[in-house]
Order: sequence, then structure tokens, then C-alpha cells
Amino acid sequence: MRWLIPCAIALTALSGVAGLLPARRARLGELLAVGLVVLGAALGLAGSVVGFVASDALRIDLPWSLPGARLLVRVDALSSMFLAPLFFVSAAGAVYGLSYWPVREHPRDARGVRLYYGLTVAGLATVLCAANAVLFLVGWEVMALGAFMLVGTEHERAEVRGASLVYLVSTRAGTLCLFGFFGLLYAITGSLDFDLGAVAGRASATELHGLFVLALCGFGLKAGLMPLHVWLPGAHANAPSHVSALMSGVLLKMGVYGLVRTTAFFPTPPLWWGAALVGCGVVSGILGVAFALGQHDLKRLLAYHSVENIGIIALGLGLALVGRSLGAPALVGLGLAGALLHVWNHGLFKALLFLAAGAVVHATGTREIDALGGLGKRMPKTALAFLVGSVAICGLPPLNGFVSELLVYLGLFEAAASPDAPAWLVGALGAPALALIGALAVACFVKVYGVVFLGEPRSAKVDKAHEVDKLMTGPMAALGAACALIGLAPALVMPALARAAHTWAPELADEVGPVASLAWLSLANGLLLGLVLVAAAWLAWRARAAATVRDVPTWDCGYAAPTPRMQYTASSFAATLVGFFAFALRPSRFRPELVGPFPQRGTLFTSLPDVVLGRLILPAFALIGPLLARLRKLTQGSVHTYLLYMLVAVVAALLVWR
Amino acid sequence: MHYLVHVLLVLALPPLLLGIANRVKALFAGRRGPPVLQLYFDLAKLARKSTVQSRTTSFVFRAGPVVALATTACAAMLVPLGAHKAPLSFGGDLVFFAYLFALGRFFTVAAALDTGSAFEGMGGAREVTFGALAEPALFFGLLVLTRLGGAVRFAVVLGPGLADHWVEAAPSLVLVAVSLFVVLLSETCRVPFDDPNTHLELTMIHEVMVLDHGGPALGMILYGAAMKLFVLGAVVVGVALPASSGNAWLDWLLFLGGMLGCTVLVGVVESIMARLKLVAVPKLLVTACLLSAVGLVLLVR
Repeated sequence: MRWLIPCAIALTALSGVAGLLPARRARLGELLAVGLVVLGAALGLAGSVVGFVASDALRIDLPWSLPGARLLVRVDALSSMFLAPLFFVSAAGAVYGLSYWPVREHPRDARGVRLYYGLTVAGLATVLCAANAVLFLVGWEVMALGAFMLVGTEHERAEVRGASLVYLVSTRAGTLCLFGFFGLLYAITGSLDFDLGAVAGRASATELHGLFVLALCGFGLKAGLMPLHVWLPGAHANAPSHVSALMSGVLLKMGVYGLVRTTAFFPTPPLWWGAALVGCGVVSGILGVAFALGQHDLKRLLAYHSVENIGIIALGLGLALVGRSLGAPALVGLGLAGALLHVWNHGLFKALLFLAAGAVVHATGTREIDALGGLGKRMPKTALAFLVGSVAICGLPPLNGFVSELLVYLGLFEAAASPDAPAWLVGALGAPALALIGALAVACFVKVYGVVFLGEPRSAKVDKAHEVDKLMTGPMAALGAACALIGLAPALVMPALARAAHTWAPELADEVGPVASLAWLSLANGLLLGLVLVAAAWLAWRARAAATVRDVPTWDCGYAAPTPRMQYTASSFAATLVGFFAFALRPSRFRPELVGPFPQRGTLFTSLPDVVLGRLILPAFALIGPLLARLRKLTQGSVHTYLLYMLVAVVAALLVWR
Repeated sequence: MHYLVHVLLVLALPPLLLGIANRVKALFAGRRGPPVLQLYFDLAKLARKSTVQSRTTSFVFRAGPVVALATTACAAMLVPLGAHKAPLSFGGDLVFFAYLFALGRFFTVAAALDTGSAFEGMGGAREVTFGALAEPALFFGLLVLTRLGGAVRFAVVLGPGLADHWVEAAPSLVLVAVSLFVVLLSETCRVPFDDPNTHLELTMIHEVMVLDHGGPALGMILYGAAMKLFVLGAVVVGVALPASSGNAWLDWLLFLGGMLGCTVLVGVVESIMARLKLVAVPKLLVTACLLSAVGLVLLVR
């Protein structure tokens, strides 16, 4: 029992080795590798269930020779909360990959993808069950570097190399912050274990500020909180789609997990921690969805929606922190439950959307939204999966996205009714911001769904697209069913949420959130579905009673020969909303000059490059790049020289601190 | 018994409201106008008609009217009518209410895009754009109401306590009522946001999205639009007229009087105002947002 999770980690880590069989046996190796991931995921899911019920049963404590390190594995409800979606999504992605990225089609890199996929999953699981900073960082690095190899799968394309380089630099910077964070924690408490007790009592005010800033930067870089999201759109867009699903659905959440886990060390955090997270959440949420609106690349658009959803999670977590600072358990319970449930929900529907987007790319060979169209008739299952994911990610009833947003809303309304000025401000800012985020997400997803799957195909290749096979639709069906289940019966997941919230804040009551209300919500969702069925049945009955003429073109105000090119494009659809946010988004537009009575043929281009990356970070790097080039003399790639550096550094450190 | 009356009113009354609004407009214009019951005749006629559907469309095209009507009907079960409780009430039903309309919007716009027509795409783009601005205005209003009432449910915020809050926080509630009325005009596509009388003009929003629908589906759309006016009107009346007489049947009359007043007001606005230029629409919605925000600030001063 104790070894359930470590077994799962070992199985997934080694899964890719089976895939390295010689080319003649490649399919067998592939099946073996995926089988190992699925087996590991099944063990891991069982382990996470045990973690909810009896976390002590999974505790492992072994010595480790590294200073400060112990092999301390602990799976409590908080870990389980993140482990469950990890194993579910990784199994779905592995099965999907069998058909999406098989050796047969990608003989050069498919084995590598499977090897690094397994390693990344193992790294993720290690991060989640580590209760010692060294073990945590080992898992963190395996995860980060495995993901780097996955992002760079198609490294022959310059775009991919650029994206993976940006990711590598970001993740290194994040790890540096985490080294600082755990180092400072060690300096304060003298321990690298997570069973710290109250750190707050021993840390000075300055140290507390430092700790939070380091954690926010380190974990925020991984989570993709704006403005630390720079690596995210490129990496998600350019990785193979099942990898994008894993990264967006689970890997980003490691940043969230880190923030949740480390803020739990502080029973009464300073008020500004929560306020800062709420601020980051609101900015990430609104600007994330605004950036998404202006994207032309299907997967880049989904990546910006991850920024938005991480914003919603940060909003919930910030609310919980504010509640803890002010001693308001209702805010803690609702904010944390909303944030944690949104971790699950986003993992499910974003993985679903990335898998569906991958199916579109697989069938049509393009990610360009404005080149697609009419896929609903050609790929009905994929279209349905994308529709379910779209409704869920917009936070619309009756699916799961609504439940977590409802919990956050209830917390925000509760805060707004509070007499404390800080709580009141958080509520008054957060609730309308969340409403705006939701409405913009509706705009964005109705645009994507409408332009990609409805109407007429905008190119010949798309016209001939076919539905993908069962290995790809199956995982989508499983993820979609999970979205529907949580949406229709939210009361089922509340006990798990309550235990996780209790682990974070032991002072909370055993029940968080309005469990009774959620049962009523199920009833209301049932009523909604019933009304939809009644209305649909009535319409079908009337359609049968009177003749329906189907074989006609769209009535375009009397124009008899509409063409697919006349359809509204995604860019035009979003133009007004992007215009509202132009002050922050800085859209660029290339418009041909039209002169004379018979102007030449012209083309209009619009694009929305990332502001932070394009206007801040890349120019800064270009500025300091020449200076850093001088340091290159020191790094010649010779191992001997590096060993010398390390020796010198250790001796110098001993001299200084002894 | 009263739940039955609730359901019957929700199902039967909405088309009448549009007839009244049209009669008010006719009076202002010096015309006789169509009969007050005209929409009932129209719906009966549309239900019997055959339909023409473009070969471009798929099931989503038919789902648009279905989901729009179903979400509105579901929302109608959440709103208390006057002093009478709603059949369905739970903590958070205010949020559910707002998101139901977003769900309806999602499918209405998707159905518009399903036709592949540039016209309907344009209408859809406008709908989601203005919808995105109406949503924060609605939530600022809800924040004021929940801060006064102390719970996120209609039964409490529009409940018996509201009359007392009118005594102590009248300025805030006036601002919220005005703001909610603006949201109502925007969500139901009335003047000054949209002109329900225009067809085939580049300026319109809602009508352009449903150009390709006909027969029973168009009937569902018209019925759903009328019901949306009824439901949002009931919220505005609930905020503006929190009176209760003590007698249940008198309360129904009071509610109907309130709805009549609200509808007449819609008709009057429509008669004395022109439709705003498209660029001015966001400004009005932001104004509605700020009105409620000021109302909220007044509560905590």
C-alpha cells in the first residue's frame, strides 16, 4: 500500500524504455509503453483515492545521503487533489498519442516523445508527493526538463526551437527563484522538510516578504500568471497536442500546487499576499482571455485561455489567503474549494480541448483558425468534444466549469458583504472581473467553435478532412464524460474538496462550501436539460408536421451565390473586443494603401504578438546579450573547467561562512 | 398553488408584454397599431409553417432557438414574481441565473455562425461584444443586492427585507434599479441598443442573427425573446417595487401592475429615443456598470 504512488512513478518513468525496441517491433514497444503509463496511472489513481481517505497509509520516510535531504513521501488530501487529474489526463494523453504520434508516422522522434512523456509524468508525480524540498526540486527538474524535450519534438522548425528556448530560460529562472525560496526557508527554520509547523512565528517581516515574492515568481512562472506567462503560448502551440494537453492540463498546476502547499506553512499570512494574488488573478484572467480573442492559431488561443483559467484559480486562492489573514473561514473555504475544483476542471476541459484541437490539426494539417471551417459535418465526434469543452471552459451550466466558478463567486460575494475594507474591495473587484472574464470567454469560444466547426470549409484540404480514429476519440469521450459528471453531480466531489481544504487550513470545519446548494444545483441543471429536451422534441415534431426544405444555400440577403470566403472570419469576429483592450494588447495591423479609382489587389494582416515577451523581455535580452557574450570565455564546455569552478565555489563558500 | 400560477404566468404572459410595448409606441406615434394580442397570432401562425434550412447548417443551427428558449424558461423558474417565492431557489441562484443567459447567448451566436453568412457573423460578433459589457454591470448590481440582503439568492435579496433596505439605502437601490433596467434593454435588444423593428440593416444586432430561421424555430425565438423581457422585467420590478400587501392574490395583481409599468416604460423609452450609434453602445453599458458601482460605494461609506 505504502508503495502505491512510488510504483506508479517508477512505472511511468520507465514506460518509455519499452518503446525503444528496434524499428521492426516499434508498434509492440509503443503499445507496451502506453500500457505501462496506463497501468501506472491506474495505480496512481488508486493511491490518490487512498490519499484522500487515509493519508498516513502512504507515508514513506527513508534517509538520503544528500545534506538536508530525506526521501520523505507523503500523499495527503492536497497532494491527492492534484495527483488525480495528473494520472487521469496523462493516461488519456498516452492512449491518444498512440494514434496521434505513432512511430509509423514519426519514425525519428516518436520514441523520444514517449520516453520524455513518461519521465515528465513521473517528475510531476514526484513533485506532488514530495515532502522534502530536495526531493521536490528533483521532481521539479525532471518535469521541467522532460517537458523541454517534449516541446522541442519538432526541433527542425525554427518556431519550435524558439518556443522551447523561451521555455527553457523561463523554467530555469523559476527554478532559481525556488532555490532562493527553499534556501531562505532553510535559513529560517533549519529544515528542508515540509512538516514545518508555524514558520510565520520565526520569520521576520522582511523575510516573509522575501519568501512570498520568491514563491510567487518561482511558482508563478510555472503556472503562467501574467506577466510571467511568456513561455506558455509558444510552448503549448508547438508541442504535440497530447503533450500540450498534459502541459496545460496538469503541468501548469504544479505552480498552483507549489503556491498552495507553501502558503499552507503560514497560518496567518500577511494581508498583501492574498491581495497580490487576487490582483495577479484578475489581470491574468482578463488579459489572458483578451489575448486569446485576437489569436489566429488554434492552439495558441487555447494556451492563452490557460493563462485566463490560472487567473481564476489565483483569484480563488488569493481570496482564501485574504480570508485567512482576516480570520474569515467562509472566505477560506469557498475560495480554496473553488480554486482546487477549478484545478480539476481546467485539467479536464483544457485537456479535452487540446486533444480535440490536435484531432483537427491531424485531419487538416493546419492550426490557422481562419483556414478551417465546416468541420462539424466532417468530424462530428471531434466537434461534439470541442463543443462540450467550450461550454465547460466558459463556465456555463450544466458542465463542470460553472461549479468551480460558482464557488469562487460565492466567496467573492461573501467578501463583498464583509465590513472589512480589504475583503470588501476584493469582492467588489473580483466578482465583476470574473463576470467579464466569463463573458469574454463565451465570445472567444463561440468564435472558435463557430469558425472552425460550423459554416463552410475555407480551403480544399479542410473539405476532405475525415474523423479521427477511436484511439483519439476515446480519450476525448472520457474527458468529456468527466466534465459532465462533475457538472451534473457536484456534490460528489465536495467531500474530497473539504478534505483538501482542511489539510490546507486545519481550522476549517469539516464541510466547506454550500453542499445543500450544490444538490439543488444538480436539480436546476436537470430542469435545464429537461427543458432543452422538451423544446427540441417540440421543434422536431413541428418539423415533421410541415415540410422542411433543406437543399438551398444560406439566404444571404438575396445574394444567390455565397462563397466560403464571404463568411465572417475569426479575426473580424473579435476585432471590436480586441479594440477595447488595444491599450494593453497593442495589436499590429498591416493595411494595404488603397489609391485611385481602381486600387490594386491588397491583403490585410492583423497579428497579436505577446506584449510582455515582444516589448519587454526580448528587447531587454537583446540589450544585455552582448555583455553576456563576454562571459562565454568562461564556459568552454570542458567538464574539467566546470569541476574546478565548483571546487573554487565550495572553498570560497566555506571560507566565507565558516 | 402559487407555483402553478407562477408557471402559468411565465408561459402565457410574455407575448402580451410585447403587444403592450408596441401599443405604447403606436400611441406615441399617433397610430392605432397592431392588436395587443398580435404576437399570439404570429406564434400560432409560425408554429404551423414549414421551414427552409440552408444546406450549410447542422444540428447547432436548430439547437440555437431550443437552448435560448430553454435557458430563459429555466431562468424564469428562479425569479420570484412580486412577493411570491420562485419554485426553484438555492444559494448561488443569482449566478446561475446570469450564466443561463450566457449559455443561451453561446448557442444563439453559434447557430448564427452555422449559416456561414457574413451578415449573421456580424450580428453574432456584436451580440457577444455587448454581452461582455452587460455582464459586469449586472454583477455590480447583484453585489449591491447581496450586500444588503446577506445571501446570494433571489429569495433573500428580493425578499421581504428589501422594503426595509429601501428606507435606509434608497440612493443605492435607485442606482441599481436604473442600471438593471439598462441591462434589461441591452439583453432584450430594445432601443437604444437595438431596434426590434428593423430588418436587414447593417446596424442591428439580434435580428440579424436569426435571419435564416423560419417557421416554428422563428416562433421559438420570438417567444423566447418575449419571455426574456418578462424574466428580466420581473427582476427590475422586484427591486423597484418590493411591496407586499399581505394578501396573496392582491400580491399577484401588484406584480402584474409592476410588470405593466415596466413594459410601458420600455415602450416610452423606445418612442422618445433613437437607437444609439454602435460606438456609443459600449459607453452606455459602462455607464450602467458605474451606476451600480457607485451604488455599492454608497453602501460602505
